[in-house]
Amino acid sequence: MNPVIETVGLKRSYRDFDAVKGIDFTVARGELFALLGTNGAGKTSTLELLEGQATPTGGSVRVLGHDPFRERSAVRHRIGVMLQEGGFPPELTVLETVRMWAGCTSGARPADEALDMTNLSDRRAVRVKQLSGGERRRLDLSLALLGRPEVLFLDEPTTGLDAQSRRDTWELIRELKLQGTTVLLTTHYLEEAEQLADRLAIMHQGLIATTGRVADVVAERPARISFRLPQDRLLGELPPLPAMGVTRHETVGGTVRLETRDLQRTATELLTWAHRTGVTLHGLDARSASLEEAFMEIAKGLDHEETR
Amino acid sequence: MTTTAPTRPVDTAPPVRRGSASRMAALGRAELTLLLRSRAALITALLVPAVTTFSMRGVVDGLDLDGTGLSIATVLLPGSLGLALIFSVYTNLVGVYVTRRESLVLKRLRTGEVRDWEIFAGGALPALLLAYVQCALLIIGLTVVLDAPAPAAPHLMVLGLLIGGAMLVAAGALTAAVTRTAESAQLTFLPFWLLSMAGSGMFVPREILPGVVGDISAWLPFSPVMDLLRGGWTGDLGAADQGRALLLALAWTGLAALGVRRWFRWGPRG
Repeated sequence: MNPVIETVGLKRSYRDFDAVKGIDFTVARGELFALLGTNGAGKTSTLELLEGQATPTGGSVRVLGHDPFRERSAVRHRIGVMLQEGGFPPELTVLETVRMWAGCTSGARPADEALDMTNLSDRRAVRVKQLSGGERRRLDLSLALLGRPEVLFLDEPTTGLDAQSRRDTWELIRELKLQGTTVLLTTHYLEEAEQLADRLAIMHQGLIATTGRVADVVAERPARISFRLPQDRLLGELPPLPAMGVTRHETVGGTVRLETRDLQRTATELLTWAHRTGVTLHGLDARSASLEEAFMEIAKGLDHEETR
Repeated sequence: MTTTAPTRPVDTAPPVRRGSASRMAALGRAELTLLLRSRAALITALLVPAVTTFSMRGVVDGLDLDGTGLSIATVLLPGSLGLALIFSVYTNLVGVYVTRRESLVLKRLRTGEVRDWEIFAGGALPALLLAYVQCALLIIGLTVVLDAPAPAAPHLMVLGLLIGGAMLVAAGALTAAVTRTAESAQLTFLPFWLLSMAGSGMFVPREILPGVVGDISAWLPFSPVMDLLRGGWTGDLGAADQGRALLLALAWTGLAALGVRRWFRWGPRG
């Protein structure tokens, strides 16, 4: 089956700045794809190209088989967009805003249904200027969903939401995905990507640093164990580290840090040794790689490469 | 959250597409609500043309209209219509477009199915409605007060109002393109407004402007609109002059539209 979104060598340059430096990825129908990255990584610039807000400087982009910029009339009625920062006239009420948008949207849901989806029904008569930042984001999401889009572009959909609203929004996005909606979202929150994404790409300085299924991206990263040895013990007293599966180790201020690809084996060997020799490991901590660590490490590694 | 309604199954026919008319009606309705809620803008737009017209009466009384074929009524009436158009459409829309741009409304709208020109046109509908209602009231009011004759060529008046409206929407968008903030929109409308007041024969007929100034003023954007409006009352605008006025007005409108296409930015400057 043809991908719903496909980019090849996608580039976008501003006057004195290359925001997107040639990226390739595809998103299949019904998939949720997350674009992660630090501020200025090129996420929003990329999203704007996918939404047909701008035309690429190089490479190509297809959404639902069309060029989203040149063939916008073939694409727009099938997609829903939520900008990172979109505006609504402050003096209109929530309901008036939804009605305005519905008049501009093919196959729009009833306004009440759209507001129900984001729990805004009881705010329908309130003017937009009186909404909280989180409520404004939810109104924005309601509008993105109004036309029952096949493809949904969400630029940081939960930024500014409180914890409960964030979870509600995740639930809603999951529900939409179950119904077959293809979703492309950008986020700062690694937990959000871990919770929702089938696949993700981590962008850094206009390039995709790594991409794949969440589990695979995480699995590329080592697990970590850290502990403090008693004063009279030395690291050399441990069994040979490579034989325990340790790939890297360091001692910082009395704390030993081990990296391993096989957490269970390394932890077992370590604890067996401690038990046998009667050593207490203070502040023992063992953890699998998380997306957060993967993310930090990739960002760090790329910065490092760049300064060389 | 309740998401009971399924998204559209992939194989069913897509729902009826919304057309231009529907989109512009929705935008126009929202903009009308906003206009009615912004008392200051509404009162200014309603009062200024009427008050100015009456205060211009003294000036027009003092003009030497001999040999121009004009009367106080045929100067004041078209002048008041031109002023109402400029105030309700041009001045008003410069502020509307700038405010919507700076509050990111236009940027959000452009992600949807609406086309760029529909954003301008739909947003202009309430301003045009306001202007035309005002023109109707001014025509009735002034005809009674000045005991003026009915327009000799009403179709020219209607043509002038229509093309004038279109030109001012484009001019408003173009002025908004070079206006950075809502505050500066209080000033940037002035050049075009003053130029049209003084040079386009709004209350001071171009026929009595001195030589070269009069020649140049004939080519100003709003001059052909005033020619058509005045011709509507006097009925003495010949076919050639009608054609010239129409072409000139269309040319200026087209130029303004091209300028908008070239220079209008849809979001605030970073």
